Amino acid sequence: MSTPRVAIDDLTKYYGQTLVLDEVFLDVDEHEVVCLIGASGSGKSTLLRCINQLVPFDHGQIRLDGVAIDDPSFGKTGLRQRIGIVFQAYNLFPHMHVLDNVTLAPRKVHGVGKRDAEARAHELLGLLDMDGFALKYPEQLSGGQQQRVAIVRALATNPDVLLLDEVTAALDPELIGGVLDVIRDLKSQGMTMMIVTHEMGFARDVADRVCFLEEGRILEEAPPEQLLSDPQHPSTRRFLQRIIEAGRL
Amino acid sequence: MSSERAASAEPARRAGPRPPVKATLTPRERYLPLAISVVSTVVVFGVAWRVITSAENWDLIQRQFFDLEAMRASLPQVFSGFLVNMTVWVVSLVVIAVLGIVIAIFRSLTGPWAAPLRVFAVVYIDLLRGTPSILLVLLFGLGVPALQLPGLTSSRLFWGSVALVLGYTAYTSEVYRSGIEAVPDGQRAAAKALGLTQWQTLRYSILPQAVRNVIPALLNLAVALQKDVALLSVIGAREAVREAQIFTARTFNFSSYIVATVLFLLATIPMARLTDWVTRRDQERRLQRTL
Repeated sequence: MSTPRVAIDDLTKYYGQTLVLDEVFLDVDEHEVVCLIGASGSGKSTLLRCINQLVPFDHGQIRLDGVAIDDPSFGKTGLRQRIGIVFQAYNLFPHMHVLDNVTLAPRKVHGVGKRDAEARAHELLGLLDMDGFALKYPEQLSGGQQQRVAIVRALATNPDVLLLDEVTAALDPELIGGVLDVIRDLKSQGMTMMIVTHEMGFARDVADRVCFLEEGRILEEAPPEQLLSDPQHPSTRRFLQRIIEAGRL
Repeated sequence: MSSERAASAEPARRAGPRPPVKATLTPRERYLPLAISVVSTVVVFGVAWRVITSAENWDLIQRQFFDLEAMRASLPQVFSGFLVNMTVWVVSLVVIAVLGIVIAIFRSLTGPWAAPLRVFAVVYIDLLRGTPSILLVLLFGLGVPALQLPGLTSSRLFWGSVALVLGYTAYTSEVYRSGIEAVPDGQRAAAKALGLTQWQTLRYSILPQAVRNVIPALLNLAVALQKDVALLSVIGAREAVREAQIFTARTFNFSSYIVATVLFLLATIPMARLTDWVTRRDQERRLQRTL
């Protein structure tokens, strides 16, 4: 069996005295798309943030291609050069136009020349129908456009793994579709992704596997059609029931 | 012209409710309030002027403070002093702006290895911000030249300016720090996640936003410094106030102080207006962003 791209092994994390991740085990293979679902506070976002070391964890280990993420061979920023993340609140740099937002990391972290970085940025922006906005500032864009720029910014460093943290949660309903289409395209290109989402229809579409989290544990893990249609764990059933009642499935 | 074309290009567009018509004012409605304002202002100030100038000692006051001849005589001297004020002000502003940011960065650094810098910043700010400016000016402006340190200038003007710079740097760094802390956490997370180092995060993401946040507050400090340069007169630096003082001591006439006052106002009022304007523009910018 080949080494998984991301291997999460017995991961435990506390915020103060609160247990937020409770012995999580999860392997994600190359080209695989894993969706994490669950109520807010179940630890999904924290799990993503542990993977690229935005927050520290207390126990267990995360490996990228078999190498522990705190291995000195990654250096200070090496791990983050290989893992991209997109946030719910986009977090674009408001004082830079789109092109600078996208080319900052390639130029300053990866040492790509200005011309090459901009050419690549234009190419990616074009793929997401955003090239016309290259010289606009974030506040001149809609939420959906900003989120697409944030995705381009994460892709511009050619990451091996892309983490998506509720990327449509802050968007108006009519803008969600465009962003989800972008993620479907990424899947068809073979991007390895871990996606925290509340869009169950989208999870069914795009995921190879869906994990249901509650109180920091993965309670159930299965292919989407199975987990969403025939959940085994009573908590999963209850969660999905509430989602259906809210009209989100 | 282009709007006309646009209008004719879409003839099918629904007319919709009309925009409100701007009420047309009669000349009376338009000019009467203005006339009232002007007349009442003139009357009030005119009466006040009458009362003041009819005072028994008005002649004495006028001679002591508003003697045109004395003003004319003192102007060259006071003005050349004022140029010293302006020079000290401009040079100090540049140095303060840079040093302030350095101290603010020291204070906002994280990690155990940065502890000495953090401690230095905290102690520096506490000491320098807690000491009256005039004490700093006396200490440095008279104290350091008295040491006659080899290789260092003994110019009082220089060391007095150093005192002002050190004091204002403490204030300025606190202003910068408030700007740094006002940048949302998500900006740090985004920069970190892209692989930027702590320094690159500061340089490319945090500081540009922080500085923009605090420009109005910085301009306020600049106006305050413009006046505080006059403190250098206490150590005998020949700036505007000192020159005015010298003139007064020679002639027993205070009109030279009025000259200095007018010169300061000519410099500070435009600065204050500029600050107001920048502040208003900044507020509008923020408002737009939240809408």
